[in-house]
Amino acid sequence: MFESLTDRFEGILTRLRSRGRLTEADIDEVLREIRTALLEADVEIGVVRNFTQAVRERCIGLELSQNLSPGQQVIKIVNDELVAILGGETLKISYAGRPPTVILLAGLQGSGKTTASAKLARWFKQQGRNPLLVGADLQRPAAVDQLRVLGQQAGITVFSEPSDPVAVATAGLEEAKRLGRDVLIVDTAGRLAIDEALMDEIRHIAGAVNPHYTFLVIDAMTGQDAVATAAAFHEALSLDGVILTKLDGDARGGAALSVKEVVGRPIAFASTGEKLDDFDQFHPDRMADRILGMGDVLSLIEQAERTMDRDVATKGAAAIIEGRFTLEDFLEQLQQVKKMGSMSGMLSLLPGVPKDVKQASSAIDDRQIGQVEAIIRSMTPGERVNPAVIDGARRVRIANGSGTATSDVNALLKQFKEMQKMMKGMGKGGMSGALGGMFGRGPKMSPQAIAEMAELSETGAGGGELPAFAGTGAGAGALGAGPTASPGAGMGGGRRSSKGKGKGGKKGKGGGRVTPKSR
Amino acid sequence: MIVSSAVASAAISASSDVLVGLAIAIPVLIVGVGAGVGLRLRGRGVKGPVPPGEVVSDAPTDVELERSAEATRTATPDAETTAPPASVEAAERAEPVEEAATLEPATYRGRLGKARGLLAGYLGSVRSKGKIDSTTWDDLEEALIRADVGVGATDALLNELRGRVKSNEIVGPEALVDALKSDLVSMLSTADAALAMPGSLAAGDDNDADDDARPVAVWLFVGVNGVGKTTTVGKVANRMSAAGTKVLLAAGDTFRAAAGEQLSLWASRADADIVRGSEGGDPSSVVFDAVQRAATKGHAVVLADTAGRLHNKINLIEELKKIRRVADRPPGRVVEVLLVLDATTGQNGLAQAKVFLDAVDVSGVVLTKLDGTAKGGIVVAIQRELGLPVKLVGLGEGVEDLVDFDPDAFVDALF
Repeated sequence: MFESLTDRFEGILTRLRSRGRLTEADIDEVLREIRTALLEADVEIGVVRNFTQAVRERCIGLELSQNLSPGQQVIKIVNDELVAILGGETLKISYAGRPPTVILLAGLQGSGKTTASAKLARWFKQQGRNPLLVGADLQRPAAVDQLRVLGQQAGITVFSEPSDPVAVATAGLEEAKRLGRDVLIVDTAGRLAIDEALMDEIRHIAGAVNPHYTFLVIDAMTGQDAVATAAAFHEALSLDGVILTKLDGDARGGAALSVKEVVGRPIAFASTGEKLDDFDQFHPDRMADRILGMGDVLSLIEQAERTMDRDVATKGAAAIIEGRFTLEDFLEQLQQVKKMGSMSGMLSLLPGVPKDVKQASSAIDDRQIGQVEAIIRSMTPGERVNPAVIDGARRVRIANGSGTATSDVNALLKQFKEMQKMMKGMGKGGMSGALGGMFGRGPKMSPQAIAEMAELSETGAGGGELPAFAGTGAGAGALGAGPTASPGAGMGGGRRSSKGKGKGGKKGKGGGRVTPKSR
Repeated sequence: MIVSSAVASAAISASSDVLVGLAIAIPVLIVGVGAGVGLRLRGRGVKGPVPPGEVVSDAPTDVELERSAEATRTATPDAETTAPPASVEAAERAEPVEEAATLEPATYRGRLGKARGLLAGYLGSVRSKGKIDSTTWDDLEEALIRADVGVGATDALLNELRGRVKSNEIVGPEALVDALKSDLVSMLSTADAALAMPGSLAAGDDNDADDDARPVAVWLFVGVNGVGKTTTVGKVANRMSAAGTKVLLAAGDTFRAAAGEQLSLWASRADADIVRGSEGGDPSSVVFDAVQRAATKGHAVVLADTAGRLHNKINLIEELKKIRRVADRPPGRVVEVLLVLDATTGQNGLAQAKVFLDAVDVSGVVLTKLDGTAKGGIVVAIQRELGLPVKLVGLGEGVEDLVDFDPDAFVDALF
């Protein structure tokens, strides 16, 4: 997600960062690079022009700060401008006083409206609402069938009838009232913005159901045309926001920036995978961080909160603290993690994960995780508690039982052993120390860079109150404390923890604000 | 293994249950994924590429058993076991379909005309000037970028023209625009855009004996989600049926809900037969079945739809490779692998083309949705960098709205 853009910026900005001073020629070079990066990311050319102009003006009038290097100051400016374009706030859905709250989805063919409808309905359900889906796409063959299947998977009732789209939408609204549903989501046929007849039709649909929210569904892979399309739909329907789909591809997603800038409506939701749960509200401020190379830890925490079972989590924590985390616990936790969504999706949210790891992880699926599960399930309860008893013969048995090779079993046992050691460190001496040591094994971002970014956030970049920054800063503190590249580093958590903790405490103030405020 | 500290320290400062849980989850996740990667890479190393002769009823590989857990559970990778649900549906006469009534037959220029005009402004102002100056170049650049041609291809095109202007080979803005257009046209005409239509097959490179052993020509349609693969298969089927070719459709998109129904409707519109598998079933086995069926029932061509897949999902690309291998076994022969590309796609289209070309040896591009305001300029970059020709163009939702690619008309519409 936005990775390539991030990479590009990282490359440019690392060079900037290492320089003490910024000349006008520097600024021009940086702006040229930024321009190319944004164009290759499919940001609309007019938006790119405004963006680079704004950055340039602020760079030239730059008063040298005592706290930040010129390079850091440029980063801050770029960050500020990105946040300014993407918009500061996450869209808050306010529900209609007299239900149902009606939501209309519109967009080009193939942008992902039907899937997004089902995902959105499921999202509302998770918010404790009771949605009804209306299939008003009578154009594409079998579109309503598709919605019905998805509705069934999501546990949402789907209403449709073979009449005409306006009638279906009207009847759907009646049906929602009759059934006492409080949210109504209307899926519509894909249409071109220049198709006047169809644009008329969707105007009529909107007139009939009077939507509280009208969302344009846009594919993250869209090129320069995104702006023309968004502007046309906005003119016809007066959009309230945008749903960005297929963000799990490697498209740089510049369309998100363009549309926000041109239409002035926020990206409300983003879809990040093929599963119904791979969908969430879009957090613009976090997206700017992501563009600048910081991960999206907050999204991950919210995802966890929604799906994880508190009891199991607490049990796992207790096991760690008491130093008796077994393969049985591992299996249980693995299933928890699985509930949170696709592995690669989650990894992409974390900061500092090297690109190759992300790439490798896209090859991973629950299928592979399934193999890990199968291996553990092929062990006896005794073996799961005490893996030391697993000798050669047992390994062969386990491999046969789980349909894997003994080398796979060996690899898993080895990894688990390392994790156990790490967890012992966590139990004894605080997690940041242990994990910090682990971090020290192969950081991609230098500790300095992370600390700088953290500092930057405290000095006010993007409103400055981004807990993810603060958290990362704390992590970096621990990281700095750990010796680099020593395999044993992670296990000495007890020894190093005081330092890691101390730093974490100082910078981690913002971490306290992690407590989700969106609920 | 290096990512957890932020989460962990966040968890420490705000010690809610969930955060503690998450702090555990992350190492678990990472070890899990690590082990998964290990398993996966090992698996590939041992097996290596599967030779084309591989049987279709392989034990399930890790590739075909991914996507959703439910899907894999119902998947029966053996071709024989999926055969029962697969059925050849007699092509019923299409119920009256509304679309044909309102649409006159698509002509490339006619349809594109609607969307034209957006860029005319740039080139109009270029042409109307007396001489070539820096704004001329800026305007040309902007026009190309706006058409999604991309920074790389745009720079290459314009730099070459700059040289020719400098050496006075091109004089005046009029000549410059014409030179740019003819450069684009010749760039888009370098590769052979001819389709391996039934009947022209004998003229192919394969020797006759091979043709006799593999009489079923397979066309494979691939691409990311939502580009219009299923619709394109329907339109191609209609075109071949109308030309008197006996066509069999293979509903290889077993993942997207109701994709099979969608293709069935197209089959009845096009008067073609169809082989379907169960939803969530193994797409390779559907294609296998279709090829077998075609061989017995005398269909000349199998048009195989596939599920949309993002090109960065390695396992899905592996699945696609398998589909191609299976389709290319006697009596089947893959004669076209068409990458379906949405004209609204931006620079990511090049990455898509690279991966699909590499994975399944794409033979050409179908550019869909060119009846909108999007120009589809990314195909310039695709042809320039990968040598992949555009073969067909989609101009609407009607069954007739698929035409051969015409570089002149395309370039005209770009500006």
